Amino acid sequence: MSSVLYDAQGPRAKRRNVLYTIVFLLVLAAAGWWVFKSLDDKGQLDWEKWKPFFAGTEAWTTYILPGLKNTLIAAALSMIIALPLGAVFGIARLSDHAWIRVPAAVVVEFFRAIPVLILMIFGVALFFKYTSVSSDDRPLYAVVTGLVLYNASVLAEIVRAGILALPKGQTEAAHAIGLRKTQTMTSILLPQAVTAMLPAIVSQLVVIVKDTALGGAVLTFSELLASANTMSSYYGANTIASFTVVALIFVLINFSLTTFAGWLERRLRRGKKSTGVVLPPAAMAGTESTGAAA
Amino acid sequence: MRRPRGAAHRGNPHAEAREIVFDFLEGYDLPGAFWVTVQLTLLSAVGSLIWGTLLAAMRVGPVPLMRGFGTAYVNIVRNIPLTVIILFTSLGLNQTLGISLGAHNFDTINFRLSVLGLIAYTSAFVCEAIRAGINTVPVGQAEAARAIGLSFTQVLTLIVLPQAFRSVVGPLTNVLIALTKNTTVAAAIGVAEAALLMKKMLENEAQLLLISAVFAFGFVCLTLPTGLILGWVGKKVAVKR
Repeated sequence: MSSVLYDAQGPRAKRRNVLYTIVFLLVLAAAGWWVFKSLDDKGQLDWEKWKPFFAGTEAWTTYILPGLKNTLIAAALSMIIALPLGAVFGIARLSDHAWIRVPAAVVVEFFRAIPVLILMIFGVALFFKYTSVSSDDRPLYAVVTGLVLYNASVLAEIVRAGILALPKGQTEAAHAIGLRKTQTMTSILLPQAVTAMLPAIVSQLVVIVKDTALGGAVLTFSELLASANTMSSYYGANTIASFTVVALIFVLINFSLTTFAGWLERRLRRGKKSTGVVLPPAAMAGTESTGAAA
Repeated sequence: MRRPRGAAHRGNPHAEAREIVFDFLEGYDLPGAFWVTVQLTLLSAVGSLIWGTLLAAMRVGPVPLMRGFGTAYVNIVRNIPLTVIILFTSLGLNQTLGISLGAHNFDTINFRLSVLGLIAYTSAFVCEAIRAGINTVPVGQAEAARAIGLSFTQVLTLIVLPQAFRSVVGPLTNVLIALTKNTTVAAAIGVAEAALLMKKMLENEAQLLLISAVFAFGFVCLTLPTGLILGWVGKKVAVKR
């Protein structure tokens, strides 16, 4: 194995690499032993603590699956509402009229600069004060409100980038055959941009799924993370076990979404039917996903 | 909480109006809360820059075990919500395993734990940004360095990373802005930063829109200049090719 950064290894380099591997292995083993020891000392590795997840289905049907359902509902609702909003604002930012373009830009930049949690906390107070939404539903409403406001502005940027990435000839050809601006947008640019944006949209879904956990931690929204909390008190302080299981579920969902986005991108790039313009999933979401306030 | 109108302001309608409008701020330490946010951001930024660079070095290095570790770390940590990580540092590390990071009172322990959580999470993104930056350095640079006999560590630290860093100022700025916003998650374990104060104020005071606007403005003040200044720096230092 060689790369641009190092030569094919000769006998000395190979010996040195074996040494590094052994040293690193020792460090990992020491860290692993320390983790094992401290978990064992506190009795966190006892079968009693892990039993609920492996023996019997009660933990799954009572806590994990309902929590997972709420996580997915909130994520899906946010995506469904944020997509059209994002499209509207993305297109508005490309408008020829300054009185449409500038306000849209201000709104998008404003909501991108604010943490999702702030928007969610605002949402809770808003629904409490001005609506009659019951206190059971309020957390879901607040979580979705926060996620929609933030992600619509991120999606607006994705839509804008998707449209701008299309070759200029598309617009010119559309104008040449006499289409008006609206027609050019709806029947020429948008359909192509949607394909180009798909991978970026899928990876934005990862950000949304991760952000729903905020609702569980701060707003008493009973999603997956909140169910870990409830479980650990119900099953006798098996905090480590509950968090491990919940984190694994999150990793599983998000890793498959990321893999799907990557596959989609490669497939779209290969396709010969389109212009071949594809926004890479990481371009926006990769760095924003730390915005994943997650 | 209402302060008696000061005699100094009497007769000055502007001061009077100002006092009525911003009355709700009385008794809350708004600058203090934002100062905690800034501290969280800066400490985590330094920590995750160091750990993220190390991870990136592992991921491009010649030792397969380190490459595997780096890849696994990034792929696992990136896909766990930050909220889960932060909550785990408090409930798991502190309350279950008794780790307190050398602090003794509740506030300091949670502050340090959330910095730890933020570093663990953000470094995965720093690592990916730097790795992408390494890819923008022309192959010829590394090849020339190898041709004059530099070792992998020398190639990386003397030739490739200095150039890579100059081209990743932009992406790293995005990570920093995201980190600034992510510090609000520390509210989940009771660190007295901006989001927690906002929650408390909204529960006790009536001015919903005004309070929200103040906090939103605070974050815009933190993130917007960061983006503008570092964006300008990024353009300045970028290697022109």
